Amino acid sequence: MAALAIRDVRKRFGTTEVLKGVGLEIENGEFTVIVGPSGCGKSTLLNIIAGLEKPTSGTVEIGGRIVDDVAPKDRDIAMVFQSYALYPSMTVRQNIVFGMECRNVPKPQRAEALARVARLLQIEPLLDRKPAQLSGGQRQRVAMGRALVRDPLLFLFDEPLSNLDAKLRVEMRMEIKQLHHRIGSTMVYVTHDQIEAMTMATRIAVMHQGEVQQFADPDTVYNRPANLFVAGFMGAPPMNIFSARVEATPNGVQATIGQGENAVALALPDTCKPHAGRAVMLGLRPDCIAEEHRRFGADAAGLTIEAPVEMSEPTGAETIVVLRIGGERALARVSPDTRPAAGSRARFSLDMRRVCLFDPGTGMLIA
Amino acid sequence: MALGSYTGKGARPVRNAPTRVLLHAIAILLAAAYLVPLAVVLLNSVRSAEEIAQTSMIGWPLAWAWGNYATAWSDFCIAQTCTGIQPYMLNSALVTVPATILSTLLGAVAGYAISLWRFPGHAWIFGLVTLGVFLPEQMRLIPWTIVLRDVGLSNTLTGLVAIHTIQGLSFTTLFCRNYYLSIPQDLIKAAKIDGAGFFRIFARIVLPLSPPILIVSTIWQFTGIWNEFLYGVTFTTGTQQPITAALIALTAAVADAPQYGVQSAAVVLAALPTLLVYLFGGRYFVRGLTAGAVK
Amino acid sequence: MRRIAEYVTIWVPLLLSAGHVVLFTAWTTWMSFTPSTLMPVSGWVGWRNYTAVLGTRNWSIAFDNLLLFGAGFVVLTALTGLGLAILLDQRIRGENVLRSVFLYPMAVSFVVTGTVWSWLLNPGMGVQKLVNGWGWTGFRFDWLIDRDMAIWTVVIAGIWQASGFAMALFLAGLRSVEGDLIKAAQIDGAGPIRLYTRVILPSLWPIAVAVFVILLQFAIKTFDLVRALTGGGPGLATQLPALVVYDFMFQRGHIGRGSAAAVLMLLTLLGVLLPYGAWKLYRQRRAARA
Repeated sequence: MAALAIRDVRKRFGTTEVLKGVGLEIENGEFTVIVGPSGCGKSTLLNIIAGLEKPTSGTVEIGGRIVDDVAPKDRDIAMVFQSYALYPSMTVRQNIVFGMECRNVPKPQRAEALARVARLLQIEPLLDRKPAQLSGGQRQRVAMGRALVRDPLLFLFDEPLSNLDAKLRVEMRMEIKQLHHRIGSTMVYVTHDQIEAMTMATRIAVMHQGEVQQFADPDTVYNRPANLFVAGFMGAPPMNIFSARVEATPNGVQATIGQGENAVALALPDTCKPHAGRAVMLGLRPDCIAEEHRRFGADAAGLTIEAPVEMSEPTGAETIVVLRIGGERALARVSPDTRPAAGSRARFSLDMRRVCLFDPGTGMLIA
Repeated sequence: MALGSYTGKGARPVRNAPTRVLLHAIAILLAAAYLVPLAVVLLNSVRSAEEIAQTSMIGWPLAWAWGNYATAWSDFCIAQTCTGIQPYMLNSALVTVPATILSTLLGAVAGYAISLWRFPGHAWIFGLVTLGVFLPEQMRLIPWTIVLRDVGLSNTLTGLVAIHTIQGLSFTTLFCRNYYLSIPQDLIKAAKIDGAGFFRIFARIVLPLSPPILIVSTIWQFTGIWNEFLYGVTFTTGTQQPITAALIALTAAVADAPQYGVQSAAVVLAALPTLLVYLFGGRYFVRGLTAGAVK
Repeated sequence: MRRIAEYVTIWVPLLLSAGHVVLFTAWTTWMSFTPSTLMPVSGWVGWRNYTAVLGTRNWSIAFDNLLLFGAGFVVLTALTGLGLAILLDQRIRGENVLRSVFLYPMAVSFVVTGTVWSWLLNPGMGVQKLVNGWGWTGFRFDWLIDRDMAIWTVVIAGIWQASGFAMALFLAGLRSVEGDLIKAAQIDGAGPIRLYTRVILPSLWPIAVAVFVILLQFAIKTFDLVRALTGGGPGLATQLPALVVYDFMFQRGHIGRGSAAAVLMLLTLLGVLLPYGAWKLYRQRRAARA
């Protein structure tokens, strides 16, 4: 049974359509991350799931029950907000039990649930403080505690880490992931940060302009992006995109990037054969372009090219090289001690097994 | 002049010493000028009528006539009733206190409903409510007269309470709505998910955050209603009148033989409540003035 | 049940508040077209009340007075307030006390202000008598009983009461001028005068407009102050529209004409508020676009 099913949800504010028919089915125990740039409709979608906004059309099902006319409090959900939304005039303890108070849960049960959550999140010493007396990370924990204490069917997270500093964000990211492992609940997590999506999700829904562009596990989203938007949005630096021509030669299929003396021909996997004779957009991740002697996988055919270098950016763990392939600019992630000089020519090896071809008209992945 | 330093908010260039002395002298002189009317009326309130007639309104008391206050409070005759200003002060209190409390509380609920609860139509009804801030009283005089007559509240304090409550709602709703806009909408969403309804959210989340604006609103309403004259003089007569109307009646009553000492004492007593409120809540009073004005 | 309580709590106060504004405005406007005298009656007399009101000396003098009083009161109060604000902005010691002193008249009723100033300005017992008593027997300060000057006594009392309020608004504006802007001007070598005239005051004009509009609104609605200070006299020298309305409605028993005068007052007010509202809207739009 799906823990959450969203069917053809549309939302219109005046003349602008924020959600243009969104459909998602999320299984029990999944950690789904909805990711997209700001304004893509992801927060509106979350609000609709929570019942805080009404969709213009479409249905939402939670735990097999259609909840379109069910108030937020009766949807068996809990939500963690970006601003944490801790009630400023209440102590941490009161914040956490407020929901049970509203539902008239008997006092002993409240205390028991509070104790369980406080132990789980290690916030026992904070219980009598007011939110203003807490640090950002502590507030985050209390907000989580308020959600956890409900023991709901569905957890909703609305960019819960974006108000934390970089270091704390990484810590909390791991903690939320561990928490998910431990309690195994269904979670829907909205973020604009593709790293959070890649690291935490069991499945990622990439949204753009009110539509789900791709809904798949992180590896698929990363290696086989459904279209040019996903290819550009997921991964930092983003996937290199070249316009290329696919041709069948006696030696196999190849793609030609650029024209005249700049032109570079790259051998493609046999799976690309059906597209021979077409103009395509060719996508290659920066991590598929490396220094000359890198070996990609055991059976690597070892395609290497020589290319002009524009710039090298050492980051410590690796060096990002800006180069030109067939006259088009590309980024490569090479080993940290490889630092080709700007203006020189250097040799690079390419991992063509992970190449993606997109239709130049529709932008959709074709091979 | 040397390059000035800018330190802290509101600080402007530090000048040379003579300029600063001059600036302070000007400031003190101006302050004294603003205090003259208050000083004059305070001094006159303890001078006898004869003494004032012989010299002028402006002067140091030769003999301290403290009895002026007792006379003004309980003996003085206004239009054939010789009860002093005491009953009129009581009238003002009986109108001001309930109308202040009612308009502030209802305004808080209305402001909350408009800014945070966001029922359908909240924007246009808010627009209409704020129009009440600008509408001249003269446009409402005859309708109020008729409404008060039809509900049987003509010449009653209850009628004035009703008027000031309803009209005050324009201001209090405006104050509270603007203040509540700074409360994050997420708090309300979180509370809805927690299962709290309209009243619980107001009582447990919004109200505990409200004291600053409630104080502003209370002070504004108290001052405004206590000082109000037009409705008092239009809708009440005789012993039902509030103190502002009584002061005018008093002046008229003694036009032939002015009792400036006693009149001054009456003026001091009439101004005392709002002056005290200003003295202790001046900060909030100014905040109300600027919030109401610059909106 | 809970739902009903919720709706009642939300809507009853709001409908009373919004409803009385709309209903009463329509009501008074309607009455201005009826032949109502002592009691409201139905019937239609067209513009007759308006032409009657506009034809009276009472109204035309009141309106002329309003123009004079409005201009004098608004300009002088705003300038006084601005002067006080700039003065207090010079790191004056005891700024809090001074601010409270300049602003306390705002906490006092117009009735009290009018009464006290009527004593001070009364030539028989106020400032004139004081100075005469010092030996300068030729000194005259009798504006209160001088038909040509009486309106300025209302202006004086008005300035005393409202300039602290203008000061508070201007001071808030001065304090919100960005510190970096002032530092930059000082590094550019601007002295204190140039700092104010070229850098600080130009950024203050939106507040100045607001102050003008609020004060003008005060001026148009002025009633109590004149009632207590001069009673509209001597003669009609300090008559103002708000007093004319009251006079028609409750002294001469002509509700139709009083309502017409009230509507004319409202139109005067709208003549100020509508352009201001349009200007604010325009600025908001422009800011939103930028």
